[in-house]
Amino acid sequence: MLLKADAVTFGYTKDKTILKNIDFQIESGEIVGITAPSGFGKSTLGKLLAGYLQPNTGTVTLDGKPLKKGGYNPVQLIFQHPEKNVDPKWKMKKVLREAWNPPQEMIEEMGIRESWMNRWPSELSGGELQRFCVLRALSPETKFLIADEMTTMLDVITQAQIWQVVKKYARLHNMGIIVISHEKALVERLCTRVVYLDNN
Amino acid sequence: MCDKKKVFALGPREKALISVVGFTLIVAVVMLIGSRIPDSAIMTDFANINQAPSSSHIFGTDWMGRDMLLRTLKGLSLSIWVGIICSLSSTCVAVIMGIIGPVFGKKVDAVICFLVDLVLSIPHTIVVILVSIACGGGFRGLVVGVAITHWTSLTRVIRAEILQLKEAEYIKTAEMFGKTRAQICVQHMLPHIVPQLIVGTILVFPHAIIHEASITFLGFGLPSHEPAIGIILSESMKYLTSGQWWLATFPGLTLVLISLAVSSVGRNLEKIIDPAAAYKI
Repeated sequence: MLLKADAVTFGYTKDKTILKNIDFQIESGEIVGITAPSGFGKSTLGKLLAGYLQPNTGTVTLDGKPLKKGGYNPVQLIFQHPEKNVDPKWKMKKVLREAWNPPQEMIEEMGIRESWMNRWPSELSGGELQRFCVLRALSPETKFLIADEMTTMLDVITQAQIWQVVKKYARLHNMGIIVISHEKALVERLCTRVVYLDNN
Repeated sequence: MCDKKKVFALGPREKALISVVGFTLIVAVVMLIGSRIPDSAIMTDFANINQAPSSSHIFGTDWMGRDMLLRTLKGLSLSIWVGIICSLSSTCVAVIMGIIGPVFGKKVDAVICFLVDLVLSIPHTIVVILVSIACGGGFRGLVVGVAITHWTSLTRVIRAEILQLKEAEYIKTAEMFGKTRAQICVQHMLPHIVPQLIVGTILVFPHAIIHEASITFLGFGLPSHEPAIGIILSESMKYLTSGQWWLATFPGLTLVLISLAVSSVGRNLEKIIDPAAAYKI
């Protein structure tokens, strides 16, 4: 499968565009890094690719077709702040199974403990929550995963653990990953290809 | 370090909880007693007319010798019924209006905002009178009238809450997981507005019973043979000038006290179940 952004231009206000004429593409199985300093539109590009935002001009297509509305989105986006991304009124076991039912071995590989399942989101740390957010997006229907600063606020060991599970799963299911980060070391280590956004 | 006094000292949450339970019990007991009084207990008794409050008739008797305490209790239980039905039905309207407005797009939202403004811009009393007459008066007309005028403030609260929730990242994620709008409303949004719902329902209650009494007082509400508080108050008007102060004082006072009790239940409950307020008390 091919996720493609074609001459995408986007601005949050009319007179100020952040992204001008961006071309980008990623194939299944690829791990592509997007890196740039703050405020250059990395996250915006991620949201455009996942269909959270619509480009002003240009198109985002998946295998030549525009992203469909409604139904499970094959392009899943994971945000930087997991505590905003889980419903505070849902217990963790419900949060984890919102989209699919992850197998027990993946839950263990992610380092999620059984005792966390009965807790509320406010009773877990950011790193613990992020494991849930990552795992629940890794359903077989996910063809591309966009990790928007997914592990930036985690300690190095947790980072390595999460990325190992994600990479292994991606290889197994031929899933494409876009790593959005300003951490050059991480991006260079993980990715098969790195894209640098510059000031245009 | 925990000395003996501290064991029995109550924290703010315990105090709030006690007052909620206490006032709820009072209202429930009034309602139960009032609904179990037989009509024969408030028969006319011309041997004891116009008696001032005494040990045998605590609230006194009226010009037909009826015991005012029993009439008041019966009237209060009727008022509480009106209050319960009205607050529950206006909550239902408020939930539906407050959720579908923000969720189903700008046009629906504009219509609902217009309806809220429309109902709020006309004095409640007038609308209740008109609706109550249009519905044929009596208990049904009154309940319909009060119910369709008291949903507006709660609708605004819920609408604001839903507007905020709609932009939350976890709602957007749920959309990306292929959840339908109805699923998101029920599974994600409803649990968040439960505290506002409970408190809102209870706080509508005193409004409803005061309105019921005032409409009945004006003669557009319940029929005059019912022992409603509004009826009692309007009848006693004629006797106030001749010095029979007890006819209006006690029924009026109990109505105010019941309203205050329910409203205190609402406010204390808010302190207990609203997570934002829970840690502050």
